[in-house]
Amino acid sequence: MPVLQNLSNAVVLASTYVLMAAGLTMVYGVLKVLHIAHAAVYTVGAFTGLLVFSWLGNFWLALAVAVLVSGVVGVLIYRATYFYMLDAPRTVPLIASIGLFVMLTDLLQKGFLMGPYQMAFPADGAGMPRIETGLFALTPTQVLIVVVTGALMAGVYVLLTRTRIGLGWQAAAMDREMAGAVGINLNRVVALNFFLGSALAGAAGVLVGVYNNSVFATMGDLPSYKAFIIIVLGGMGSLPGVIVASLLLAIIENFLVASVGYVLPRDAIAFLVLIFMLMFRPHGLLGQE
Amino acid sequence: MFLSGYFISIAVFVGIWVTLALSLNILTGYAGQVSLGHAAFFGIGAYASAILAVRYGMPFWVDFPGAVLITGLVGTVLGLPSLRVRHDFLVLATIGINFVVVAIFKYVNFFGGAMGLVNIPAPSLFGATFRGGLPYLAMVWVYAAFTLLTSWYLSKTWAGLAFNAIRIDEEAAESVGISVPRFKIYAFGISAALAGGAGSLYGHFIGSVFPDTFVFVESIGILSMVIFGGVGTLRGPVIGAAILRVAPEMLRFVQDYRFTIYGALLVLMMLFQPMGILGNGSWLWETLTRRFRRGKLAVGREEALP
Repeated sequence: MPVLQNLSNAVVLASTYVLMAAGLTMVYGVLKVLHIAHAAVYTVGAFTGLLVFSWLGNFWLALAVAVLVSGVVGVLIYRATYFYMLDAPRTVPLIASIGLFVMLTDLLQKGFLMGPYQMAFPADGAGMPRIETGLFALTPTQVLIVVVTGALMAGVYVLLTRTRIGLGWQAAAMDREMAGAVGINLNRVVALNFFLGSALAGAAGVLVGVYNNSVFATMGDLPSYKAFIIIVLGGMGSLPGVIVASLLLAIIENFLVASVGYVLPRDAIAFLVLIFMLMFRPHGLLGQE
Repeated sequence: MFLSGYFISIAVFVGIWVTLALSLNILTGYAGQVSLGHAAFFGIGAYASAILAVRYGMPFWVDFPGAVLITGLVGTVLGLPSLRVRHDFLVLATIGINFVVVAIFKYVNFFGGAMGLVNIPAPSLFGATFRGGLPYLAMVWVYAAFTLLTSWYLSKTWAGLAFNAIRIDEEAAESVGISVPRFKIYAFGISAALAGGAGSLYGHFIGSVFPDTFVFVESIGILSMVIFGGVGTLRGPVIGAAILRVAPEMLRFVQDYRFTIYGALLVLMMLFQPMGILGNGSWLWETLTRRFRRGKLAVGREEALP
């Protein structure tokens, strides 16, 4: 079995997981809300990217617009719903989030938006080179995914550790009330949080759309359930945890499918893993009480 | 016209979904365990009863109690994660359960695979078969009434009080000597068993079962009914299920945008009336019952949501 080839494929898969799960874990870190509607933002990102791409034919512009639009959609979702529920019992924002998810996915499937079809996204690597060594090969699209993910995550890292508002975010993630008490503008921090997280999800949508050369209304369902598994594995609210858990899940999936084949579909196995892990480590693999 | 097959089948479906909403209400409304996997128990009941009927040739009068029993047992086992996992994590676990159960229906040949199980015979009594028609409708509603009665009885028993305590504060419940694990498992088992009966009635009514009927989205639908009507009350799930089941049949627009409306309803309810339209403390219920409460002492109302 070409181990290195499998490993490099796993890294590509993990990149898309990281982008998707980072937003979820950031929202959970600050608001303690399980943002199920995140999946819809991912689809909105892919759809926007495809629209701009088929209009202008420039992938980078499409990516930029998609990232911006999904970021704004994320902030709008926050301002319209969770904003009013911060002091309510935890089930209130949770159920609202389920409602948002159902509503947005159903709306996106309507004819005047995406319709029930799969649409092609022929951006094809956006001019990235093919990498071929004796041990493994990466297609231009795979290179594109790794490069964009790396750049975006580096940007988020710098923003969150080197800027004032990033420090505010860190404080809010530790203790929201305390952060507010020492004068951090929580509204701005939380809005930034939603903007960044949703922008990353939008980028993930575009990249996966290009990778599979297909964009459709329910494309967010599977990645979002997987993102839950990842943020639970990584300990809810932890960004480094997300990266570790994404790699772990991608590697397990790739090697399991390559070597064993399957009895149940991959996603059912992922959920079985999740349930068992929750039983023994209720706060995640890397999480703390 | 009201006795035509179309109206009877709508009334049958309303009865089945009222039962489902009431059974979820025991788990979520009474015991405070939010579950997004209730369609799995609905499905387990439907499949258990279909397999007894199709594979083993059992009559309906064995299938139905069999389905209730099997689903209750499975629900008891699947409730185990709730002992370790709470709140959001439990919701994730129940979503997972729903996915795994549907995947098993779909990919294990014994359960008929993606083609489902067909030719489930109609129930018969003293040589008379009834599938559609008033007798079946009556049976469904007798079961719905039974579920309602069970819910009411539960709320009056020691178990009902324990559920309340667990919902409001688990640690406090534990500290006054309530065995939280035991009552959580009871809630899962009872809720699943009742949903299993609904599944059996559904399968025997349609005559076939398919995995896609019992997916995650249906779980969301059932939870919407409970929340919309008023979680934790008896009237809430009944009214919620009736409205959300009948509205799509009456209005073409509602049919086309069924899940958009379910979703929007959930969001709006959480924003403005988190207790549901008829829940305790909701605007409509307060208005309706104002005249009966005049002169009584104001009694503190506990939170219906955990």
